[in-house]
Amino acid sequence: MPRLQTIAEVLQSFCQKTSSPIQVLEASYETFHNSSYLNAFTFVSPLNHLKYQASQINESTQQPLHGIPVAIKDNFCVQGLPTTCGSKMLQNFIPPYTARVVEKLIGAGAIVFGKTNMDEFGMGCGTLESIFGPTKNVWGLEEYRIGGGELSSFSDWRIPGGSSGGSAVAVASGICFAALGSDTGGSTRNPASYCGLIGLKPTYGLLSRHGLIPLVNSMDVPGILTRTVDDCATILNVVKGFDENDSTSFEGNLPPVQISPHFSLKGVRIGIPDEFSCPGMDPEVIQCWKDTSDILEKSGACVSPMSLPHTKYSIACYGVLNPCEVASNMARYDGLRYGHRTPHPKLNSTQGLYAQTRHEGFNHVVRGRILAGNYFLLKENYDKYFMQALKIRRLISMDFEKVWHSGFDLLFTPVTLSAAPTYSDFIQLDNRTQTSVQDYCTQSANMAGIPALSLPIKLNSKGLPLSLQLIGPMFSEPKLLNVAKCIERIVDFPQLKSIPR
Amino acid sequence: MRTPSILNKLKFGHYLIPKDFNLVGGIRSFIPRPEGWESVIGIEVHAQIDTNSKLFSSSEVKYGAPVNTKVSLFDAAIPGTLPVLNRKCVEAGILTSLALSCQINKVSYFDRKHYFYADLPTGYQITQQRKAIAYDGHCKFIVYTPGFHKKPYYSTAKIRQIQLEQDSGKSIHDLNSNRSLIDLNRAGLPLMEIVFEPDLKDGEEAAALVKELSDILLSLGTCNCKMEEGSLRVDANISVNRHGEGLGTRTEVKNLNSVRALVNAIEFEVRRQIQVIEAGGVIVNETRSYDSQMKETLPMRDKEVKQDYRFMPEPNLPPLRLVDIPDEEADSALVNIAQVRQRLPELPEMKRQRLVQKFNLNIGMAILIMNTPGFLTYFESVMELLPLPSGVRVAKVLHKVAIPALSEQDIDLDSCPIPHHVFAELYKLVESDTLNLVKAHEVFILLLNGDSRNPAQIVTDKVWMKVNDDEAISTICLQILSENSAVRAKYKTTKHEKHVNKLMGAVRKATAGKYDMRKVDICLRKFLQE
Repeated sequence: MPRLQTIAEVLQSFCQKTSSPIQVLEASYETFHNSSYLNAFTFVSPLNHLKYQASQINESTQQPLHGIPVAIKDNFCVQGLPTTCGSKMLQNFIPPYTARVVEKLIGAGAIVFGKTNMDEFGMGCGTLESIFGPTKNVWGLEEYRIGGGELSSFSDWRIPGGSSGGSAVAVASGICFAALGSDTGGSTRNPASYCGLIGLKPTYGLLSRHGLIPLVNSMDVPGILTRTVDDCATILNVVKGFDENDSTSFEGNLPPVQISPHFSLKGVRIGIPDEFSCPGMDPEVIQCWKDTSDILEKSGACVSPMSLPHTKYSIACYGVLNPCEVASNMARYDGLRYGHRTPHPKLNSTQGLYAQTRHEGFNHVVRGRILAGNYFLLKENYDKYFMQALKIRRLISMDFEKVWHSGFDLLFTPVTLSAAPTYSDFIQLDNRTQTSVQDYCTQSANMAGIPALSLPIKLNSKGLPLSLQLIGPMFSEPKLLNVAKCIERIVDFPQLKSIPR
Repeated sequence: MRTPSILNKLKFGHYLIPKDFNLVGGIRSFIPRPEGWESVIGIEVHAQIDTNSKLFSSSEVKYGAPVNTKVSLFDAAIPGTLPVLNRKCVEAGILTSLALSCQINKVSYFDRKHYFYADLPTGYQITQQRKAIAYDGHCKFIVYTPGFHKKPYYSTAKIRQIQLEQDSGKSIHDLNSNRSLIDLNRAGLPLMEIVFEPDLKDGEEAAALVKELSDILLSLGTCNCKMEEGSLRVDANISVNRHGEGLGTRTEVKNLNSVRALVNAIEFEVRRQIQVIEAGGVIVNETRSYDSQMKETLPMRDKEVKQDYRFMPEPNLPPLRLVDIPDEEADSALVNIAQVRQRLPELPEMKRQRLVQKFNLNIGMAILIMNTPGFLTYFESVMELLPLPSGVRVAKVLHKVAIPALSEQDIDLDSCPIPHHVFAELYKLVESDTLNLVKAHEVFILLLNGDSRNPAQIVTDKVWMKVNDDEAISTICLQILSENSAVRAKYKTTKHEKHVNKLMGAVRKATAGKYDMRKVDICLRKFLQE
């Protein structure tokens, strides 16, 4: 069986009439049905709806995503489709509007195949804290299969990472060609890393957040998950751009990212930050990092070690800033206008209604962060925690500024400390501890608002993807993606050819 | 205790201007307190910015619209929606700040103030806590309540800061079916919160400050100041202390929605606090509401627990940056303070001073003109047709003739149907001694009722010309004296003025008010002396 197609290849097959959008949709649908045990989706549009959408696309115009099925993380509002954030609180919420980035995808001819599973409100990194249950990674799944076909069950599985694990699995499994995730501390890059995908966290402000249900407004960005760098660039060019509905969106006009076949790594200055080789990192990851750095150097890049001294505080800092914004952002979920409202009959006050509704609607992770955030924001604690955290954030951001000023073009680091862990191993640690481990290499880019990209390099000894990360200055997406493309070409990551049935 | 209210002045001021109302030179005189006590008042005003759309959303602003029809997705806190700052509101905030002599922050910030309430959809209000758009201003105002203050006096209240913030929705509690109904039309309306320092001494000063502030905001067009619609709401901080001692513990009375409520609430609260302390009690720092029926303040039950608002920077709004570039050509994406400054109109105090200087009016008349709806515009239009020195008399004729006549028909001067030039002609008849004020009033009423003749024609047709002829005056005086010989006799013995007035009245009646009453007065007295 040939490897999964790229967007460009599909569009070409449409041009050559060897395939049609309807056929592609049918194939996607069949894959989805045969792999429903992956639990990647919270909602999938009925096939006839999808076909109808495909039939509405104007054949004559050359749209960049003509008939391409895409998956949308379930924290992006899509008019008329359930948008749950994986939470009971929004289980019945159907938004009356569509997120700007999703509008842009649809406007470019893409078909919204469905909404993807996630940790509740993005608070997690395994895609298991969801009312829809955990999502399974496609990689390494055969090992745990009991029975077969429709009756398949699994004794364990590899987690897909998170919180955008549903989006990652939707792409890695071949159901969709691309997916939107979101990235606040690594939620796009982490699952990309475990699922062998390209995961781009763009510059803060380059993509509109209008319609993205917030986790941490000052760090959230829509993320892009694809199987190849070219596909990532194609999606990025469609969804980027100023949006007057988002006051934090970048008003300038960044020209479309061109992936050039002539781009050379010669002279590109790449930094290897010392702080990213942290305790607990899998030796295979370190070896992969080292080997790939050598490859970059051999290809003409100037690779040198450097330091980001404040990176090690980023998790602690995030541990304050995240709950504060969470406490604030979650305040609107009171069950009055939309979302879950407790059916409890014996509540006599508005406050009582709120308390019961919120207790029922949020899981323990969300409730814990709300409690912590409200504690940090108390008048007597504000300076001790929130202000201090803001100062640390500024230091982390300035570390990067200094690095760019000293002449580095990009940084090259691990994404995750290991390949995808098994579900049973993962749940040995609680959510808070896991977050601090899982986000170690990814979080600082969100603090600084700079772009970062996870790209798969090779398979480890167990046949699971190992990925590395490129980090660049604000709006350096063109260089980031071109360098990624060079690496992609050199390492020739063995993509999944088909998914297990 | 009677509480003199500025409302008297607002509603009936034009009837109550006393004769000695000449100069603003009155000394600060306060509502009397029990011996040894004084009161200190500060106010916070929430002024709704008069705009077409809300502070952070594009919903239309329309008072009285059917419930929940002016609600955007953002106003209802639908997840994923983001605030977009309304530039018009920023400009209104700057214009108001400039008019109130404030310093403007070139960079200010928005913050979230958290509290749970059913009519606050997001669970937080977006306001300006860390750094507001403006600070350090002041408002100079005239305090004058006829019947209470002998003379008007100037006072000044300093302004701590002006901040932009969102309004909340409205809750209606349906007690019969034990439920609350929420209207979000008001949610997200733009407000300017103007925080004054506690520079006031009593309710009258607070009322006068609010009146002056309203006049300023109206002249700027930044707020319609309709207190009855909630467009202007006042919170008052009140404390009492014994002379020579530091400030007492203050209480805050919230949401005063009329000037009368403001005065009454402050005066009630001052009396209550003094009584509590004199009875050995202590004042607790609390929030109280005002019951306008019972005319008393009451603790607000839901505010008993001390709130911690858990302020946090609003992450979805970048800092509000302003520029101040005098160059008119400057085209900045940021709001330019210099361009807003050019839109500053003539402010009420400047207007009063202009009236005093240009037309030689006394300040009392200037205040009267300013406080009577439509007076200023009508007066100025009429004065364009007349020489400047007529100003004092034109104002008097408008005051004595036009306004009482219009009041009878419940019309303001600004909707007076009589054209300015027709009134100017009527005035000229008075000026030239052809018509006295009694008949001028009657002509005015005819004109008001649609008489299309010009004033001179009416006077001619009705034979209402003032009678100045000495002989005619002597004749009528002698006639009245002989008809009222008893009154004449009483005057001779008692010399009481009331007897002269009675005779004057008789002349006025007999002559249908046409005679020159000044001359009649002189003539009558001459005969009485004989």
